[in-house]
Amino acid sequence: MYDSSEGNESDERFRSSRQLPTTNSVNPTPSTDDHDVSLRDVTHRFGDITALDHLSFDVPRHQITVLLGPNGAGKTTAIRAITGALSPREGSITTLGVDPRVDGDDVRPRCGVVSAKPALYDRLSGYDNLLYSAQLYSVPKAEIPDRIQLAAARFGIDVALDHDVGGYSTGMKTRLALARSTLHDPELVLFDEPTSGLDPESAHAVLELIRDMSDAGRTVVMCTHLLAEAEGLADHIVVLEAGAALVCGSPADITRRYWPGDLVRFDAESPDQLDRMATWRGVVAYERRPGSPADVHLDGIGRIPELVADLVRDGVSLTRVEPHAPTLEDLYFAVRRAARGDGLAPVERGVVPTATEKLGASS
Amino acid sequence: MTAPALAHPTKARRPMNLHRMWTVAATDLKQLIQARDYWVPMVALGAIFFLVVPTILLFTITHLGSVEIVSKISRTLEILPPEAQAKIRGTTPAGRTAYALAVFLFAPVAVVVPLTISTAVGAATLVGERERGTGEFLAHSPATTREIYVGKLIASLVPGYVTTVVGFGVYSLVVNLIAGGDVGGWFFPTGPWLILMFWVIPPFLAFTLSLVLRLSARVKSTAAAQQASGLVSLPLIMLAYSQSTGALFGTTISPWLVGAVAWVIAIWSLSRGVRSVTRARLLGVANEV
Repeated sequence: MYDSSEGNESDERFRSSRQLPTTNSVNPTPSTDDHDVSLRDVTHRFGDITALDHLSFDVPRHQITVLLGPNGAGKTTAIRAITGALSPREGSITTLGVDPRVDGDDVRPRCGVVSAKPALYDRLSGYDNLLYSAQLYSVPKAEIPDRIQLAAARFGIDVALDHDVGGYSTGMKTRLALARSTLHDPELVLFDEPTSGLDPESAHAVLELIRDMSDAGRTVVMCTHLLAEAEGLADHIVVLEAGAALVCGSPADITRRYWPGDLVRFDAESPDQLDRMATWRGVVAYERRPGSPADVHLDGIGRIPELVADLVRDGVSLTRVEPHAPTLEDLYFAVRRAARGDGLAPVERGVVPTATEKLGASS
Repeated sequence: MTAPALAHPTKARRPMNLHRMWTVAATDLKQLIQARDYWVPMVALGAIFFLVVPTILLFTITHLGSVEIVSKISRTLEILPPEAQAKIRGTTPAGRTAYALAVFLFAPVAVVVPLTISTAVGAATLVGERERGTGEFLAHSPATTREIYVGKLIASLVPGYVTTVVGFGVYSLVVNLIAGGDVGGWFFPTGPWLILMFWVIPPFLAFTLSLVLRLSARVKSTAAAQQASGLVSLPLIMLAYSQSTGALFGTTISPWLVGAVAWVIAIWSLSRGVRSVTRARLLGVANEV
């Protein structure tokens, strides 16, 4: 199910990896007053290409929601649908309490968008770019100069305001686009690959600024295919693939669902000898690909000495035993593997296949 | 579960926000002013057509006194309708020739200049937003597609028309100074010319731009838009031809009527053209279904 908040760790169990829930088959959490955006079964096509395929997810208010997915997963189209720039004909969309397809004129003034390409006017100065946005978004005339100076200073672009944007570096353009997106004090800010083309230092600075915006009470939606930049930033994650949401929830929720128990990575001179562990007591899940170390989910970290002793007794030459805290990257690939049916399934209550059954299912 | 397809949700159209519309237009114009590589040729074009060529020709006719040139040009004036020929003023053959040139044969200039400048701007305006990626900014902005369309229309129309009006003023000065003595005093602009400039050309230009903007919204590149806009500028070419042969203002056809009909057609075409601007097209994903 989408809402992993129902997950009770003591009851969490695996079910067969062949019986995965998909976005199309589950009902996401009903929209509540705590969400600034809700998409339900939204489908959008470009000719023969389905960009959004019954996409459903929520964006919690005042949090950072990260849309994760490979290129072509539908992230940009989702952002466009949220502001009403595109109008999918199927499904329902609620942005800031209204349908952006009908009341887009009410939604767009309350949103700030930074697209993958900064979308700035190169022939204009930084100041004029900000001025254009302030005027389009009906910022009171008397406040415009102060707001521009404030936003530019906040994003570290104030010294270059008088220069033509055509001469800006990629990092400066991104900062200017960020400043532009906040000039009118939007409630909802949407970033599409905001660090695209930036060096690591600039990317880090941009992510810090995004965090600041969330801390200031804005709801943030950010698209990225870079897992590292979502790590530590995301309050809420939506993993997209082929226009559908594979999973959504907080990183902790998703960890509980896809990363039950404690994960320990075992390696040996002959890794296939590790497979015997799959049926041992205390092993709640076991994954290993040919020639690779084994990822063993245990019911407790205290099992390690016992397992190591048993393996040594069986003549297995261990080369590594390493407890592993899952990164967002681990989660992302676990979700995608599960969606393809070749990995661990998310936890659901009441279904308790043994590790052997799981091995059999995936073999 | 599949939600039902929306039956084209609609909402009562809000009145156009004139401030936002003007913001779109003013920002486009500001970019044009910043672009020397654009406005320098524009000014050069106006100067050539309104100043350089008329000055050389009229000066040659009225001051160098070449009988051969005057007689050759006089013969070409025979293509004018009798009604137009009857209106030619002048105390000398050179003066009559200069009058005919200034009033009839240079008329295409008044059309070619705004046409060239405005279609060049208009052709690039919408597809240019898409090519530069700034269409994404506009698509997410509060500006309605009507405000964007009208703003772009104004930004396309103003450069060409302002150049033409300024050039027309310069041209009036030039022809009066050079040929006025041979015609019997200051004679330009004539009434029909004023009607042409301020009543007939604006709607023809607006009509042409309504077509050019439609093309600009639909095509995939600025180059394609500029190629195609050559076709839709035919109405103005016809207008220019009509004036240069005296068929329009040398005859009994009321220029007021021509202008009125042009306005009706232009307003109809402009109102239809609004539909060509959609947010999907600004984003460059217009093949959505």
